Amino acid sequence: MFNNIMVPVDLAHLETLEPALDVVADMGKRYDARITYVGITANTPTSVARTPQEYEQKLDAFAQERHQVHGQPVSIKVYSSTDPVANVDDLLVKAIKEIGTDLVMMATHLPRHLDIVMPSHGGKVATHTDASVFLIRPAK
Amino acid sequence: MDNKSQDKSPDDKAPSEGIPAPEGPANLIDTDYVIGQDNITTTTMGVNLDLHGKVFTISSIVVLLFVILTLALQDEIAPVYDAVFGFLTGNLAWFFILAANIFVILCIGLIFSPLGKIRIGGADAKPDFTYMGWFSMLFAAGMGIGLMFYGVNEPLTHFGTSFDGGSWAPLGGAEGDEAGAAALGMAATIFHWGLHPWAIYAVVALSLALFAFNKGLPLSMRSVFYPILGERVWGWPGHLIDILAVFATLFGLTTSLGLGATQAAAGMTYLFGAPETDVTMILLIIGITIIAICSILAGVDKGVQLLSKINIAMAAALLFFVIAVGPTLLIATGFFENLLNYVVHLPALSNPFGREDANFSQGWTAFYWAWWISWSPYVGMFIARVSRGRTVREFMVSVLLVPSIVSVLWMTTFGGTAIDQYLSQGIEAVRDAGIDLQLFVMLEQLPLSQITSFVAIVLVIVFFVTSSDSGSLVIDSITAGGKVDAPKPQRVFWAIIEGALAIALLLGGGLTALQTMAVSTGFPFTIILLVACYAIIKGLMSEPKAV
Repeated sequence: MFNNIMVPVDLAHLETLEPALDVVADMGKRYDARITYVGITANTPTSVARTPQEYEQKLDAFAQERHQVHGQPVSIKVYSSTDPVANVDDLLVKAIKEIGTDLVMMATHLPRHLDIVMPSHGGKVATHTDASVFLIRPAK
Repeated sequence: MDNKSQDKSPDDKAPSEGIPAPEGPANLIDTDYVIGQDNITTTTMGVNLDLHGKVFTISSIVVLLFVILTLALQDEIAPVYDAVFGFLTGNLAWFFILAANIFVILCIGLIFSPLGKIRIGGADAKPDFTYMGWFSMLFAAGMGIGLMFYGVNEPLTHFGTSFDGGSWAPLGGAEGDEAGAAALGMAATIFHWGLHPWAIYAVVALSLALFAFNKGLPLSMRSVFYPILGERVWGWPGHLIDILAVFATLFGLTTSLGLGATQAAAGMTYLFGAPETDVTMILLIIGITIIAICSILAGVDKGVQLLSKINIAMAAALLFFVIAVGPTLLIATGFFENLLNYVVHLPALSNPFGREDANFSQGWTAFYWAWWISWSPYVGMFIARVSRGRTVREFMVSVLLVPSIVSVLWMTTFGGTAIDQYLSQGIEAVRDAGIDLQLFVMLEQLPLSQITSFVAIVLVIVFFVTSSDSGSLVIDSITAGGKVDAPKPQRVFWAIIEGALAIALLLGGGLTALQTMAVSTGFPFTIILLVACYAIIKGLMSEPKAV
């Protein structure tokens, strides 16, 4: 049913991603799908990388590491932005189209009041795409 | 400065389309510092925070202390602020004037030097914004609001003092000579809004952009000091530089927001008879803050850029309307005459020593230079953030020359029209009106004044929004240790703080006093900027030569 699974990755906060990564591996194996890890970074130096190119290398290393775990084919795509925090949702929607993905799997937080003003990225992406979106919340 | 060459060509096997690659070779500064390593990350009431502990805490406390002191001890503290500032402009006017000349010379030199070929963000970096979007943002952040108020006021004032030949006349004035006084008045105004202020911004912006995009250091004032202080910039010397930048930015924005609301309210009273009360002004500040918050939530591309474009389009419409219905021929010829007058008087106006027009050079020029310089960390950092992918030459032409030319046109149009109304048509109301109303009185003499005045008020408000939103982004980035990807609520926090402080100072008084103090930060920043000049040259020299 799913051929290409897209997984947005924030290399600065990998710990929040951990539970979702296992689910991604299971789903990838279940559907024998390619897994594309997508990173969005600032043009300016960040805590993860000092240039977008360095970010790309680190994401690639991360993807190869995941490949060792689940054995599915992996690829990466990096977007750099002047204002990544504000543009992340739009860039993810763009990535879905460009990659031609049919399932997006995202780690997300529990619902909170702040979501009314600043909706979660997963929720926002789901309302702007035709692809299936699987939001994975942290275990209670 | 230890550099290591890094081949920034993308990985052969996995080129990503989204990245502005390939970037070509660049020289990153070799440091072990990790951006955000001194940050405190926590979650409070469901809100994620990511802040530089020392810079955020100390600058917040200092700002609060200053505001509380100013509110509580207004009568006692205002003379102290005035004395500090009086001392700086009185005794150190030469220093401000000399430093600003150095900035202009450096910037013009870079346009013609081979270093001008170097590209911000690496040899093959692509610009993030179109020329129009980029220019709109840097112009709206850099000057917008001032042009609205001083476009009519300053030419008229300098014309008046030149004609009267008083001690405030630029270069001794042209007593009794209407044409001479008008020419001198325009030249002096353009001097204050031309190359020098933009060179100040350009120096800060280029140094920040160079050290962030080409050298891989955080987008923060302290990074510029790396060539001098080395690894010590990550310690207290760096903290102090960043704290000073926050201080200057926050006070500059807050006091301008408060004073701007006063002026916008005066305009609304004049036009629509709106009550000129505290309530009107508070509503204006709240309104401006709310729009600014929406803008920063939407981000640089969809918020700030969009508003800036709207702003520039409206300003251009107003400008061309005045050119069309005002004294068109006079403006057309005046543009070139004023440009020539500016060039002719430039050496004398920018002479730092032995000035006989001390009131003018200290009270106007030194004050302006200190003012621009105190705004420069904020405007410079914002310009830096949106300037990736431009060559140094392109950058200097767009940040120095183009805005200066636009300033000449703007001043010629608004100031020239007002002087013409006074001289040829004998309309004295323009000259006699208060500074916040002169623009509206000038527009009243032209057709469709209800519409143009309304446009002018909207422009004033939107210019404030673009200052407030870009300012909040800048303060957030400095207090987050140079991170531009800190959580969104922090930006909102700063926008609200700016609005709240403006309201507190408006109600409690002390706005002008605090503004005086804010401008005083221009002095330490002048020294920082001189260091930035050295850092720019050193940084550019170590860049790989572009083809």
